[in-house]
Amino acid sequence: MPLLSIRNLSVTFATASGPFKAVDGVDLAVEPGEVLGIVGESGSGKSVAMLGLMGLLPPSATVTADEIAFEGRDMRALGARQRRKIIGKDVAMIFQEPMSSLNPCFTVGHQIKESLKVHLGLDRSARKTRAVELLSQVGIPEPERRLSAFPHQLSGGMSQRVMIAMAMACNPKLLIADEPTTALDVTIQAQILDLLVDLQKSQGMAMILITHDMGVVAETAQRVVVQYAGQQVERQKVSTLFDHPHHPYTAALLSAIPERATGKRLPTIPGVVPGQGDRPNGCLFNPRCPRADDRCRTIVPPRQPASLGEALCHYPLEAVGEAA
Amino acid sequence: MNAIVTAKDLSQIYEVKRGVFAKPLELKAVKEASFTVQEGETLAIVGESGCGKSTLARILTMIESPSEGELVIDGVTIAASGAGSDAKRLRSIVQIVFQNPYGALNPRQKVGAILEEPLKINTKLSAGERRKKAEAMLAEVGLRPEHYGRYPHMFSGGQRQRIAIARALMLEPKILVLDEPVSALDVSIQAQILNLLADLQERLNLTYIFISHDLSVVKHVANRVMVMYLGRPVEIAPKDVLYAEPKHPYTRALLSATPATRPEDRGERIRLTGELPSPFNPPPGCSFNPRCPYANDRCRSERPLLKRHGASDVACFAVDEGRLPGLEKDAA
Repeated sequence: MPLLSIRNLSVTFATASGPFKAVDGVDLAVEPGEVLGIVGESGSGKSVAMLGLMGLLPPSATVTADEIAFEGRDMRALGARQRRKIIGKDVAMIFQEPMSSLNPCFTVGHQIKESLKVHLGLDRSARKTRAVELLSQVGIPEPERRLSAFPHQLSGGMSQRVMIAMAMACNPKLLIADEPTTALDVTIQAQILDLLVDLQKSQGMAMILITHDMGVVAETAQRVVVQYAGQQVERQKVSTLFDHPHHPYTAALLSAIPERATGKRLPTIPGVVPGQGDRPNGCLFNPRCPRADDRCRTIVPPRQPASLGEALCHYPLEAVGEAA
Repeated sequence: MNAIVTAKDLSQIYEVKRGVFAKPLELKAVKEASFTVQEGETLAIVGESGCGKSTLARILTMIESPSEGELVIDGVTIAASGAGSDAKRLRSIVQIVFQNPYGALNPRQKVGAILEEPLKINTKLSAGERRKKAEAMLAEVGLRPEHYGRYPHMFSGGQRQRIAIARALMLEPKILVLDEPVSALDVSIQAQILNLLADLQERLNLTYIFISHDLSVVKHVANRVMVMYLGRPVEIAPKDVLYAEPKHPYTRALLSATPATRPEDRGERIRLTGELPSPFNPPPGCSFNPRCPYANDRCRSERPLLKRHGASDVACFAVDEGRLPGLEKDAA
């Protein structure tokens, strides 16, 4: 039984110019102990889908799904109170901007101990011991002194470590990391990624890693979901995705990485991700796709079988040869 | 090829006030940076946040004058006192494109006004001529003529960066300082902008100073790379040499920290411990010594200078003494 199973998750925002579907029919199954990467450009709905799962979206958003089950329990049927017992304890999340995700008014120690108090009901001294333990686990020097530090006294890398310590406080079974290293420098990014992978292995927890950086996915994930304009366009194992992408969008995304380029010019994807007003008919990628024809422009593409990366495409790229 | 920019021992010191009576603290953002840029080449400046690369950009574009040292741009010397009477001419030779295209354009100006402003200030062209030039420039950077009358908020990030590049090119500069021009953009848009920059460089024979923290982008665009750490250049080398054979331990760590783009390349990284030291209180000796696995007593007391090793200039005692693993002795 998968740890988390989501079927047909959609998120619609009520905006001034009518409803806008930011996430459209997302399916996810996360097994215990695996690392799943979700990749996409900005506006592809990768964060919104996970925020919808966590119940962190504003009231203007409507979340619908055929199934959201965590350890077999249907999250949709739970009340807000019971939902909060799972969220933050068994499912934890870390966010993109560590500097702005911590509350500037409280010390680091206070913020870590809060979830220990609410979820685990530890007493004061046990909370302190556990907080020190957590800070040293995430590699913060002098953890006892850092407990009374305020977020503005910490660097970006240190703040992200504190965020990870907070998320790890109740030994979650699933950690959702939303662009955990985007705001950080490369050497610090490498430290944080190593830390996340080490923790994930030693605790045996599952991790969903949201990122726009193909390199981060290549380094850490086992399975990858590629998202475009709210839809999952491809789902594959990381070991095969980089050599044999099946969806034209994945292929284009991979060849646009400067490091993989061979010539003086980079192969580009013309145009931009469609916004609210200009969603095309048929396949959402058709205006930017070199292989698009009339069928792509009128008929919504079907989901291909697993051997073709479950690509959402009429004409998926074949496994060998054609994937240029 | 001749050098269009020559910097000698360039330093920038900021004074940070601590109170009425306390002595102000000195923050050395850039320290004794010496380098040259050849006409028509792309020099990339790489480093983590706080290493002084943006301060260097501000000195090069004459937004600030250096507190010490000497900068020669296109034959004109700029010292701590500024460039004197040549300042105006120089300013139109060197232009800058900023990192964040959302913050760099005035939201209350139409694109046409944004592009024409440099002409208004620096030339005596008539309104009709200015408009003609602005429209020609829009076409040059891949925008359409009808964009002339629109406001910045009507554009996507990539298009805004095109507008910022167009504005920088209005005065026909020779040197373009690009301060992280693609780091706020998505991969597919990033590729479009990098191609545009390459096209423009070929067509207009521009010299680029490309500031970035992303080594994979730098590998694609640069001819030569300068790696900075805590205000000082630690390695300057031609691109191919730097990527094939990085010498300074910091350069090696940076390269190995960059995520691989193939899952099978997942390798053992050089793990750098700790973070960038505070520039208020830099460590004695080599500023990289607290994080360096090869540091010895000499590194902790003396400061290494840039020395030539093969095709690269490196500031490291371990390289000088040939005790860095993976380097042939005769390179020293």
